[in-house]
Amino acid sequence: MTEQEISNRVKKILIEEFELKEEELNDDTSLYDEMGLDSLDSVDLIVALEREFSFKVIRNVDEEKIRAIRKLKDIYCFIIEKQKTLAGPEQRGIIDR
Amino acid sequence: MSLRRVVITGMGAISPFGIGMKTMMDGLYSGQSAVVSQKAEWEWQIKDLNCLVGAPVKESLPSKSISRQYRRTMGPTAVMALLAAQEAIVNAGISNSFISSGRTGVSFSASTGSAESLTQYFKEFFKSSSLKNISSGSFFQVMSHTSAANIAHVLNIKGRVISPDAACSSATQAIGLGYEAIKYGLQDIMLCGGSDELNAIVCGSFDLLNATSCRFNDKPTQTPRPFDRDRDGTVCGEGAGCIILEAEEFAIRRNIPILAEIKGFSTLSDGTHLAQSHSDSIVRCMENALDSANLTSDDIDYINAHATGTILGDIAEAEAIKKVFGSRMVPVSSLKGHMGHTLGASGALEVAASVRMFNDNILIPTLNLKHPGEGCEGINHLMDIRRGKIRTFLKNSFAFGGINSILVIGRYSN
Repeated sequence: MTEQEISNRVKKILIEEFELKEEELNDDTSLYDEMGLDSLDSVDLIVALEREFSFKVIRNVDEEKIRAIRKLKDIYCFIIEKQKTLAGPEQRGIIDR
Repeated sequence: MSLRRVVITGMGAISPFGIGMKTMMDGLYSGQSAVVSQKAEWEWQIKDLNCLVGAPVKESLPSKSISRQYRRTMGPTAVMALLAAQEAIVNAGISNSFISSGRTGVSFSASTGSAESLTQYFKEFFKSSSLKNISSGSFFQVMSHTSAANIAHVLNIKGRVISPDAACSSATQAIGLGYEAIKYGLQDIMLCGGSDELNAIVCGSFDLLNATSCRFNDKPTQTPRPFDRDRDGTVCGEGAGCIILEAEEFAIRRNIPILAEIKGFSTLSDGTHLAQSHSDSIVRCMENALDSANLTSDDIDYINAHATGTILGDIAEAEAIKKVFGSRMVPVSSLKGHMGHTLGASGALEVAASVRMFNDNILIPTLNLKHPGEGCEGINHLMDIRRGKIRTFLKNSFAFGGINSILVIGRYSN
């Protein structure tokens, strides 16, 4: 999966489930200050990402990384890293940058 | 500290007739029933449900007009509560700055949180034994104080937030507690009322207690039949009612029309049974409410009854009225025949309708009451719409759990 594909799928979640407008979504847009998401949204966003990208977030392993997410592009990096770390050998090949 | 007089300056309603006070009053004044068949919606949801009629809100709620940030924590019950509160605020002409000044509070109830959200929550849980796919807003939709908390959140209210949970007397109790908060100088304005939503599980809870109507599934508009000899139980409805209470001096200073005055309030426990009303406990509550208003039964010229159409509950209320009012034939009616039992909303919707009735000098009868049943005779049942002047009325509400709540409301005069 290319970074562009990841970006498209993340943006689709933000538009459909968080009712944001496409023009508001740039890679450097702040999730909290500019998009107006908050702590409840971050819970729902993680669940949506897990569903979309078929990975599991493990709270005591991933907590710091999730807290560090500030911008849209941070989400892409988190997904790429998560897929690399957690995917089995047969899935690793799908990450193609 | 001198006790303050408390007046009503605004009202809002989401009723089974639809959105807004006008829609509700049009339905009531034209003698319509809002009860419809729920067979298609409920039969497949709960096996062996006896009652297949209900009184849902006729229009779809404009939920999308509420921004996502607020809407995510609101089930239908909180949405209805907010819409009723917004109508009442516009009605009362209260500024946003006063709403968030800290001197405005909320006393708003729901007999449960959102029944629909609760159903979805447990469907997911029982399917997966996991809470992983449950949205973060779900808890805020199902908590019992969802209506009060969401109203306070959306309107940026910083005063006290009270959410009494007293089943079917919730809204009347909420109005009474709001009245006391202003009377004792703790708040200047209180947004009071209640909301509840219609749901198969909610109806089922009454059904398993044999408290629902089940002989009119093919003739929904003919039930419930409060006080009638052919009554066979209640019919659940939904909605939200909001009553704006305000310290008298504030209303005068704002030069806003005063719709009515809360004269007294009582809420007492039955103490003998959780499910069955007892006339003596209703008598105690009525007398206590009259005492708190420094009035006697001679001062009351209308009773808006709780009467839900159950066999025993209606008899207990009729007996209590006879004991308190004796040979004085005070007009009595229940609005459950029109709107069903709107549960946690009923007290507020029925207060709003009664206040409008006395402002319009019209007395609304009990719909579907044709022949008072045994034990329900001997009181002055309103069976036809008529003109009439009400100066002071009682609003009765009784609840499972043995909680009786009664308000004394009258015309305001300085």
